[in-house]
Amino acid sequence: MGAGHAHRLYRHGHSPVHGLPPHTKLAATFAFVVVVVSTPRAAMWAFGLYAVLLALVAYVARVPAGFLLKRLLIEVPFVAFAVLMPFVAEGERVEVLGMSLSVSGLWGAWNVLAKGTLGVAASVLLASTTELRELLLGLQRLKLPPLLVQIASFMIRYGDVITDEMRRMRIARESRGFEAKGVRQWGVLAKSAGALFIRSYERGERVHLAMISRGYAGSMPVIDEVTASRAQWSYALTLPFAALVVCLLGWSL
Amino acid sequence: MHVPDGFIDAPTSAVTGVVAAAAVAVSLRGARRELDERTAPLAGLVAAFIFAVQMLNFPVAAGTSGHLLGGALAAILVGPYTGALCISVVLLMQGILFADGGLTALGVNITNMAIVGVVVAYVVFRGLVKVLPKTRRSITAASFVASVVSVPAAALAFTLLFWIGGTTDVSIGKVATAMVGVHLLIGIGEAAITALTIGAVIAVRPDLVYGARDLRQPLKLRVGGELVDAPAPEAARPVAARTSRRTLWISGLVTSLVLAGFVSFYASASPDGLEKVAEDKGFAESAEEHANADSPLADYGVKNIDNIRLSGGLAGTIGVGATLVAGTGVFWAVRRRRTDEAADVSPTSTSV
Repeated sequence: MGAGHAHRLYRHGHSPVHGLPPHTKLAATFAFVVVVVSTPRAAMWAFGLYAVLLALVAYVARVPAGFLLKRLLIEVPFVAFAVLMPFVAEGERVEVLGMSLSVSGLWGAWNVLAKGTLGVAASVLLASTTELRELLLGLQRLKLPPLLVQIASFMIRYGDVITDEMRRMRIARESRGFEAKGVRQWGVLAKSAGALFIRSYERGERVHLAMISRGYAGSMPVIDEVTASRAQWSYALTLPFAALVVCLLGWSL
Repeated sequence: MHVPDGFIDAPTSAVTGVVAAAAVAVSLRGARRELDERTAPLAGLVAAFIFAVQMLNFPVAAGTSGHLLGGALAAILVGPYTGALCISVVLLMQGILFADGGLTALGVNITNMAIVGVVVAYVVFRGLVKVLPKTRRSITAASFVASVVSVPAAALAFTLLFWIGGTTDVSIGKVATAMVGVHLLIGIGEAAITALTIGAVIAVRPDLVYGARDLRQPLKLRVGGELVDAPAPEAARPVAARTSRRTLWISGLVTSLVLAGFVSFYASASPDGLEKVAEDKGFAESAEEHANADSPLADYGVKNIDNIRLSGGLAGTIGVGATLVAGTGVFWAVRRRRTDEAADVSPTSTSV
């Protein structure tokens, strides 16, 4: 569930992975995840190889394992769901440690855990080696509608501002002796949320006026065009192609 | 409710991805109508607001707390198109940056939370606002009911997708009970917070609440003891939102037909429930062959291609293609008629 995103995502560095153009990295990550998801779940070794591939990328990008593992915690809610699966799924059952577990449920849990974890790890690697602004440029290069990219860029730019505004409101509440204990305090919190909305909306109006006064006419100028050479593309796509080979082996074996 | 990778199988994810892309395209168009050229900064800031407000924790009791999902809130505050758009952008960014929700499950997440959540909330809200008296209190009440309904509706949509393309054979009844049961509770909390928040905004800036547009009174002047309409005309609000919802519905319907027809075949290699029952009970023989039984795409397979998966996939692709063509045709036709209508109306309602 989408709670608590306050941590910094990007890890500054000068590794070969950091230096790749953002759209090649986006395409590679997406292709990798697609390949992982379409691998048959019975080919357990394939997922091990995928994990090795990601570990190689992390090594080349000089992202420490601890950092990666800490960020993986985001999938904990779904791990809980996966753990429940063997107990509730149908089909033939096996006895494990005195508990009756469903075979297909075990497979399902494995499937979700393996693919989910690999997907999360891939996105974490992407986000920790690519700056936010670069990511947006990459999305634009990948032909997302320009308006959508603009909206996303405003969200990213002002996300911290709005979050900080919320934090200041919390500090203001707390310095006046407010303490959220239960349902009875929801009124105050909701009023804060309402005030936050009004502030965000009015800030949007001001931003728009500021943009118009600087000559905005519906599209943002692209100042630094990012391009990727063939070598950079092939370097970035090594990961999904290696994964594809593993996937095909997984289907045929 | 952020679905990770590997939870829903690849074909279903692909189809929901197409659905989500189409819906985002429609809501981009709609948002531009709701906000004209202010779309980028305003929608961006509203998305940032949704993103922030999802982090606002509401304590429930002794240590546990919940947070807003924001679908109904966005729909009522800024309108259905902008709302759906903002939630989609938030989901996209959460997927790419925070690894919250898988990249391949982006379509599933957008379909559930941004489309089903927002559309259900807004339809319920509009329906109630039409029926209830035009007061602030009824706006708040309507937003409560809208969010109570929309959260379990999104959960139900997830259950449906899980049924079509889930990777585990947990019985659908169990999933539905668990998902809807839990989300009914979440929905009540969400609804209380949404209603309180809407109430707070209406109290200060009622003009900012999209869902409360009907509350606006025309400006009156008291001239010689009598109330007279102020001369300056109200800025015409875009009326287009209503007609294009129909196109949204049509395209939604078409795509869900595709989902039902094409993906359910993929979901399990065994015959579907009805066919299974039919075989077990022995009335399969009595079933007459369909009139199209020897058409090239009969039984979700392409003739003369033996590999079941390949032929099924091919049939699916052809089906999607055909539906896409048909859907685009309908969309185009409706849009064209609407622009004709708009052209007829425009001289009378010049906006300021």
